[in-house]
Amino acid sequence: MSTADSSLVRIRDVTKTFHRGAEDIHVLSSLDLTVAKGEFLALMGPSGSGKSTLLNLIGGLDRPTHGSVEIGGQRIDQLSERDLAAWRAEHVGFVFQFYNLMPVLTAERNVELPLLLTHLSKSQRRQHAGNALKAVGLSHRLKHYPRTLSGGEQQRVGIARAIVSDPTILLCDEPTGDLDRKSGDEILTLLQTLNQEQGKTIIMVTHDPHASIRASRTVHLDKGQLATTAPE
Amino acid sequence: MKYLGLIWSNLKRKKLRTVLTLLSIFVAFLLFGFLFAIKDAFGAGVKMADADRLIVRHKVSFIQPLPVSYGVRIGQVPGVQDVTHLTWFGGIYQDPKNFFASMPVDQDQFFVLYPEYTLPPDQLDHWKKTRNGAIVGRSLADRKTLNWKVGDIVPITSPIWGQPANQPAWNFEICGIFDTTKKSADTSTLYFRYDYFDEARTRGKGEVGWYTIRIAKNAAPETVAKKIDEQFANSPYETKTETEAAMMTGFAQQMGDIGAILIAVLSAVFFTILLVAGNTMSQSVRERTEEIGVLKAIGFSGTLVLLLVLAESCVIALLAGLAGLGVAWMLLAIKNPVAQWFPVLQVPDEAMMLGAVLALGLGIATGALPACYALRLRTAAALRRNG
Repeated sequence: MSTADSSLVRIRDVTKTFHRGAEDIHVLSSLDLTVAKGEFLALMGPSGSGKSTLLNLIGGLDRPTHGSVEIGGQRIDQLSERDLAAWRAEHVGFVFQFYNLMPVLTAERNVELPLLLTHLSKSQRRQHAGNALKAVGLSHRLKHYPRTLSGGEQQRVGIARAIVSDPTILLCDEPTGDLDRKSGDEILTLLQTLNQEQGKTIIMVTHDPHASIRASRTVHLDKGQLATTAPE
Repeated sequence: MKYLGLIWSNLKRKKLRTVLTLLSIFVAFLLFGFLFAIKDAFGAGVKMADADRLIVRHKVSFIQPLPVSYGVRIGQVPGVQDVTHLTWFGGIYQDPKNFFASMPVDQDQFFVLYPEYTLPPDQLDHWKKTRNGAIVGRSLADRKTLNWKVGDIVPITSPIWGQPANQPAWNFEICGIFDTTKKSADTSTLYFRYDYFDEARTRGKGEVGWYTIRIAKNAAPETVAKKIDEQFANSPYETKTETEAAMMTGFAQQMGDIGAILIAVLSAVFFTILLVAGNTMSQSVRERTEEIGVLKAIGFSGTLVLLLVLAESCVIALLAGLAGLGVAWMLLAIKNPVAQWFPVLQVPDEAMMLGAVLALGLGIATGALPACYALRLRTAAALRRNG
């Protein structure tokens, strides 16, 4: 499925080493990975396998010690911090395990946050936020604060925030990890819909095999290296 | 402006903490306003001082009298244009709480030397024709405990001069109420006629407190002062002549360097507030480490996050600081609680400006460390991810 022409994410010979005191911890070792545009990739592996570190590198939250990270033809590992922030704002939508919503903002204003970085007017921002919340089935919860929403609803707000600026790629870190089975299934269905109907490229870190079967491809990491790639 | 909502929401995050921080800064700036008003009141005389006016007083002390005959001799010194004299009387009306400044003056020369005071011509004329006549400043006449009007007969006693001969009190007829053309000038004084005073007093006849002179336009103050003092050297009443401003400064400094004392107090207060508010801001930002991580993850640059934190601390400092200054200004405008000591007590415009700048500076100073923390925060670490 992944070809050079249709590939959105190209990771080549990436190594990531953390220094803890005198000790070097090799989290990723000479890793190669390609993700095609429109693909829904599940990234699985035991704790400490490096999957979240890999997600951080793809999302431009961290830099590789060695190797290259290319997204949509752009080497993001070579961007300055400022350019990287601007790149993230335009191209990446993050969905976190614990939702990471601003507790002092309503659902609508949480979703509006990424749009503050655009030139849209307030009414346009509110309109976009409303559309995103409608897309995740929460148009009736616009003015609700996160504390008044269920876990599943909060994650929907998190997804609405991630898609509101129409990013190139959605990066989900254990999006169902804090949810019960029913809510988790709803979130996975939502992600699948976004992938299949809107063509969003999604990379999802998960521990849950039940979640990974919703993806079009699953990649296993073990000790910083790709272990198995499911047949395409 | 589009970030104002985000900043405001963050301030409402922990309302009690925000309110307490606002209150601590508010009180500091309230104190700032009051202390600057007091400092300004001490220096009011210096502000009102006229550059062309000199004061001639006894060389030993301000409270030592000078002969009234000096007036003619001083007037003959080259460079002296006009001369008048004043004497401290210190009036009390009915109750010692109703104490105010009062002085016998030469009714013909007084307004020549003090043109900043204005009195309707008919009232001035009436005063000149009334031997026990007095004129009072607007703020003194309007004082609630007095509420004097033209035509009132007011019995006044003096802690220095006691009672006049054969009378229980000095009975003055209010002939006029004067105003001033200078914003910060004092109108809380009562002036009455020297001739009546000198005739009725039981001691010190023929003496005055000090002289006020106006020098000619081309005359050098130092030269004129030197000539006057030389004229009375080695006499029983040696003089010291200085500019009105120098005399007022010296008078104010008899209580110590008020400015330095007030600045020391304010420095201590603001240093404490800096630590308290700085600590609160740091705590507030550290509690939001993950949220800052999220902001950075969704594309907020480090600089923008730094500015948001700084803006937050500046909003707190400016809101509380300006409120403190405003309330101080308003309270003193409504009522001067120490009118008997400081007739003109108001937060000066310069203090309001300085206070606003100081509030902004306090906001920047208290927000600087947490803002730098937010700037340097690594996004991945802030999100506390484990992989």
